[in-house]
Amino acid sequence: MGKKKPTSTYDLRSNSEQEERHTMSVIVDNEPGVLARVIGLFAGRGYNIDSLTVSEVEHEKQLSRITIVTYGSPTVIDQIKMQLERLVPVHRVADLTAEFGELGAIERELAIIKVAGKGNQRLEALRLAEAFQAITIDATLESFIFQITGRTREIDRFISLMSHVGLVEVSRTGVAALKRGAEGL
Amino acid sequence: MQDKISGAEMIIKAIADQGIDSVFGYPGGAVLPIYDAIFQQEEVKHILVRHEQGAGHAAEGYARSTGKTGVLIVTSGPGATNTVTALTDALLDSIPIVCISGQVPTHLIGSDAFQEADTVGITRACTKHNWLVKNIEDLPRIMHEAFYVAKSGRPGPVLVDVPKDIQFALGDYQNLNKIKHKTYNPILNPDEIQIKRAIDLLLNAKKPIVYSGGGVINSGKIASDYLTKFINKTNYPITSTLMGLGAYPASEKNWLGMLGMHGTYEANMAMHDCDVMLCVGARFDDRITGKIDEFSPNSQKIHIDIDPTSINKNIKVEVPIIGDCGKTLKKLLDLLPDNIEKIQKPFTDWWDEIESWRKIDCLKYKKNADVIMPQLAVERLYEITKNYDTYITTEVGQHQMWAAQFYKFEKPNRWMTSGGLGTMGYGLPAANGVQVAHPKSLVIDIAGDASILMNIQELSTAVQYRLNTKVFILNNSYMGMVRQWQQLLHGNRLSESYSESLPDFIKLADAYGATGIRVKSPKDLDDTIIQMIETPGPVIVDCQVASSTNCFPMIPSGRAHNDMLLGEDVPDEVVANAISDDGKVMV
Ligand SMILES: Cc1ncc(C[n+]2csc(CCOP(=O)(O)OP(=O)(O)O)c2C)c(N)n1
Ligand SMILES: [Mg+2]
Repeated sequence: MGKKKPTSTYDLRSNSEQEERHTMSVIVDNEPGVLARVIGLFAGRGYNIDSLTVSEVEHEKQLSRITIVTYGSPTVIDQIKMQLERLVPVHRVADLTAEFGELGAIERELAIIKVAGKGNQRLEALRLAEAFQAITIDATLESFIFQITGRTREIDRFISLMSHVGLVEVSRTGVAALKRGAEGL
Repeated sequence: MQDKISGAEMIIKAIADQGIDSVFGYPGGAVLPIYDAIFQQEEVKHILVRHEQGAGHAAEGYARSTGKTGVLIVTSGPGATNTVTALTDALLDSIPIVCISGQVPTHLIGSDAFQEADTVGITRACTKHNWLVKNIEDLPRIMHEAFYVAKSGRPGPVLVDVPKDIQFALGDYQNLNKIKHKTYNPILNPDEIQIKRAIDLLLNAKKPIVYSGGGVINSGKIASDYLTKFINKTNYPITSTLMGLGAYPASEKNWLGMLGMHGTYEANMAMHDCDVMLCVGARFDDRITGKIDEFSPNSQKIHIDIDPTSINKNIKVEVPIIGDCGKTLKKLLDLLPDNIEKIQKPFTDWWDEIESWRKIDCLKYKKNADVIMPQLAVERLYEITKNYDTYITTEVGQHQMWAAQFYKFEKPNRWMTSGGLGTMGYGLPAANGVQVAHPKSLVIDIAGDASILMNIQELSTAVQYRLNTKVFILNNSYMGMVRQWQQLLHGNRLSESYSESLPDFIKLADAYGATGIRVKSPKDLDDTIIQMIETPGPVIVDCQVASSTNCFPMIPSGRAHNDMLLGEDVPDEVVANAISDDGKVMV
């Protein structure tokens, strides 16, 4: 049994498409359970989440903004956008990457990073932090906590360097994103 | 290195390695590889049900009557959604079951493929935990983890969703039965300091009481033995929840009967007036406490539970003890002074008081020479079957409460009922599950005329496997419990609670290839019960009982334990005004 791979009669989707990374902004009513609905959609349909942030952004109107970084083939990315739009408490979904391109949207993330060490290692950590324009927000004789803001890739790079000079732990906020220019969504 | 085997084969192997000899299920497109694997082996027997809900309850019956874990196998989409009621039932009653569901192949997940449902999403709220298997390498671990989670700590249902391509995929199987879990490791051994505090309280009690629950049953037979030893040593009165019946023998003198909404007068009065309460493996459910702020107002409470979230959830307690009931009772017995009779405060006054409540004889009912009273039917059933190796299941309604009140359970694991969820349709499939696990025993579903129709198709399963499952219907031609509440709450306007157009249960049994027997007169009752027992194969007894009997005693919702409605002498006006406006909003 199971000697050869099953050839499913249902197999419709071609797997040849390249996967892409997309950032989406989702404006939702800040009502109980809304985050669970969004996350449930991703889990139930097998979509990927690289990063997810959520916070109320307009108190009067009770609106929250969810920023999701996801990846998948272009067809899957389209599906994700449409599936999100179909959720009842969702006002608007913008695929920032698709609508405005890599350069059309600003993406920032904040991370705080704890390193511990002595002597040279400690100096090296400080020098690297300076080079990345990270600021020191806590210090003891054996440790620092740095705060860095920037694009995800920069932060990744900073953290990987820190792992050589006594990285202890990291906390990241996830991505916040806006489109460039005068207009809002 | 072993040869690689398919995911489907791994699933069956893992079930066998867990010591499970029978599974319940229903095939379909997304589980065909598993059914092919079932076909080619003999270690695990498959019982074909007639509806997936039935598979779930059968697995529950198998689990509750053996102390093992029940297993069901269902297909994707409708197969999986049909299990939701049974999974929820097992969650509320803490019954360990493992549901294996098929799923569309991994690359089709999310595409609304044929018979695709977000099974893990749908069942998240009705399982202890669930898994979607995305890689064949993970399957052996997840299978054994599923059994571990179902059975450890407070038991419950789990679900493993297996896409069809994973069932075909080849991989290495390992028996990971005895592996320490990386996150889920419930506390089993109680804190000794807390036990000593409990003993201090108990030794000074003037009005002690033990209130036990389903947790004692779940902890295994040994826990019931320790409980009995504990009562013998201390001479405390003991009552139990619906789920806990049988942990302490009902024929013993310290037994007060069940407590709660339809519990005995003596049990509820003793709970209300006690000064020290020892709760073992029960959870202060609203059917037990009645009005929360008047629940046992003058007692100090000790609560033994394996689930920390049960502690202080509904009722604040003085001494919480987190641990397995069996292990905790053992420790309690070990630390109890040997000469306890001499040290503890005497409580003969307390027993005198209890005796005076007992004298009320709260379960008495009007006898009738022409019509079978439902209480009499259960009493006779008990008298005639008590010397058999008997297991009782029930459906939900008045008949369930009469079964709990009038059938006396001497041993644990003999009583299967849907307590927390109150699922009509539980009893027949559960009885089949019990009968599969105990082929030679006498298994009886005490049923209602309405409930039995909810999973009547499972009679076909009983016929196919030559199970001896007996169905004893207390046929009152009403959804009796609904009718009773309509009388209590809604001016006796019996909206939609009459069992119109009931089938002829004799012909129905006949159509399935089972035997049907009807009884209408009290004088034929005993003979009918004997005939039921002696007839091989599945039997339905249509026991036609008095139609408008109410189930008493009763604590109407919103009232306190010492404020019960007693026996049949209650005039209709009292019944009609028993529930206040506040009480009416409660269920
Ligand atoms: C699945 C389900 N639906 C509805 C109910 C509500 N309910 C509780 S008891 C009952 C009536 C049961 O009637 P029957 O089986 O004839 O038992 P009786 O009370 O007459 O003994 C109903 C409808 C339930 N518990 N379960
Ligand atoms: Mg009825």
